[in-house]
Amino acid sequence: MELNDEKILGLREISNNIRESIVEMLLSAGSGHTAGPLGMADVFTILYFHILKHDPKNIEWEERDRVVLSNGHICPVLYATMAHAGYMPVSELNTLRRFGSRLQGHPHREFMPWLETSSGPLGEGLSQAVGMAIALRIDNKKNFTYCFLGDGELNEGQNWEAIMLAGKERLGKLIVFVDRNNIQIDGNTEDIMPLNSLTAKWTAFNWHVQEVDGHNFEMINDAVGKAHTVPEQPSVIICRTIPGKGVLEFEYDYHWHGKAPNKDEAKKALEELHTLGGKIKAEHH
Amino acid sequence: MLNKNLKLNEKMFDQDVEQIPIRQGFGEGLLEEGKHNKDIVALCADLTESTKMNLFAEAFPDRFVEIGIAEQNLASVASGMAAIGKLPVISSYAMFSPGRNWEQIRTTICYNDRPVIIAGSHAGISVGPDGGTHQAIEDIAITRVIPNMIVVSPCDSIEAKKAIQALLKIGKPAYIRLAREKTPIMTTLETPFELGQSQTLWKGENPEVAIIATGALVHKALVAAKKLEEIGISVSVTNLATIKPLDEESIITLAKESGAIVTVEEHQIAGGMGSAVAECLAQYAPVPVEFVGVRDLFGQSGTPDELIEYYGMGISHIMSAVKTVIERKK
Ligand SMILES: Cc1ncc(C[n+]2csc(CCOP(=O)(O)OP(=O)(O)O)c2C)c(N)n1
Ligand SMILES: [Mg+2]
Repeated sequence: MELNDEKILGLREISNNIRESIVEMLLSAGSGHTAGPLGMADVFTILYFHILKHDPKNIEWEERDRVVLSNGHICPVLYATMAHAGYMPVSELNTLRRFGSRLQGHPHREFMPWLETSSGPLGEGLSQAVGMAIALRIDNKKNFTYCFLGDGELNEGQNWEAIMLAGKERLGKLIVFVDRNNIQIDGNTEDIMPLNSLTAKWTAFNWHVQEVDGHNFEMINDAVGKAHTVPEQPSVIICRTIPGKGVLEFEYDYHWHGKAPNKDEAKKALEELHTLGGKIKAEHH
Repeated sequence: MLNKNLKLNEKMFDQDVEQIPIRQGFGEGLLEEGKHNKDIVALCADLTESTKMNLFAEAFPDRFVEIGIAEQNLASVASGMAAIGKLPVISSYAMFSPGRNWEQIRTTICYNDRPVIIAGSHAGISVGPDGGTHQAIEDIAITRVIPNMIVVSPCDSIEAKKAIQALLKIGKPAYIRLAREKTPIMTTLETPFELGQSQTLWKGENPEVAIIATGALVHKALVAAKKLEEIGISVSVTNLATIKPLDEESIITLAKESGAIVTVEEHQIAGGMGSAVAECLAQYAPVPVEFVGVRDLFGQSGTPDELIEYYGMGISHIMSAVKTVIERKK
């Protein structure tokens, strides 16, 4: 998947728009998660706007790659990315968490048939992605299955059941992104439940492991490209991200895990993102 | 007397009645459907032979996934396979699936409305010597409470075979409850079976009480009915194999005709089949109900017969419940 400077600038523009949407929708909802969605905006952008085989106009397309968001609480980034990609009107994002909205507090595929699964309870997504990859292999299909996991989420034992099974089954078409932002609800991950070394752990379970800067499009793109060529092993790409990325006030602070910005905070955040957006545009055009 | 229309096993009251574990029928039915429908896949958590899934696994190794001892993964991997268009059947002991993995079943199977069939083997107290940790007597309660879920509890091996085949044809989230022990054969290959349809296996003249039973205890209910007839008490016995969706129409009719109900199940009274029946009757046809089942206790080691007697689900207990409910009618 070719990436050039021009394309990278385009992706930066999109991810900045997605971040603005995230802040706006959280403000409108009055509750929800800020840190994770902002931190993962770049990975979602390059996945949906550069890597993924998908067609927002044909959601039943059999050749589409499958995406499973296991850490369902970061759904603002999923909803915003999918809206910008054409799955639903961007204007609908402001209905997040409202009664009657398709944008449920945690994703529900009954409301959004283009989602492969519902999520929210942590630790269950990877198992489903593994099931998808096994079923696709039985059918001799070439589709990739991508799965997003939080780092705190890895505290859940079910992940390790799924990691073990994927290693045993040598699921070469399964690619996991871990949001390695070092935070969870109660604090920093290494204080709550130490995870290091994640690389050593996944390697021990027979996975192909790569670590990247989760805000560097080239690195993410190269890592996915490499993962595509590993035939006999599932791949995990550990994305080092900055929680709350893009808004200084929110960055690196675990208190922003599950808090929505108030009016003032959102206003300042949007100004910051606007300024950045202006700079990217100037560079681009 | 026995309902002739249902072509039941006429030797069911004999001493040497044929006995087969209910799970055997499940294994055979799964194998049979697997031959016709290539979308069917099976997953197990290190209990492939105990749950009789080995019949399918040996015939179709490419469509069988050994998950290892990981019941939460079992449920969710199956959900993922269903998302691609497979019809997964998962099996373990009922205590661990749907026991251990209840929330995975709720979220990844039922909330997603994925057609996964959960086969819980070794359900009930009659698991015996393994003791209370292995005796699932809460499984009906925890499955029937989940939206989108079908709950089936066959009375014998032949009915279990028909039930799993019927479930595989409709493709909805479902729980099928299976017992470990050999169970008397009451039905025959000719006995009709329809999901959601109860069957009145025994009907005395102008029955004073309608017994509604599910699972292997249907046999004890029938024996009780026969003994009651000998002492001049007329009852009917209905096999409620599908607990959800509930055959409300038949239950209401039974209540109106007899004026009293006794429910019989190898399960906690709280939340079980009897509770489902009572929920229906309280709304549409309130009549006295007596419940035969486990009274808020854990099981323990023993032979199946010892345990059924100790926990009050034997023939004599069913007979006394009938007498009690007749008293309450007055
Ligand atoms: C099974 C389960 N337990 C608890 C929660 C509550 N919860 C939601 S997010 C979260 C922390 C997750 O940490 P991480 O995956 O690192 O996400 P981040 O905070 O980085 O967004 C917790 C405990 C849940 N959703 N599911
Ligand atoms: Mg985290």
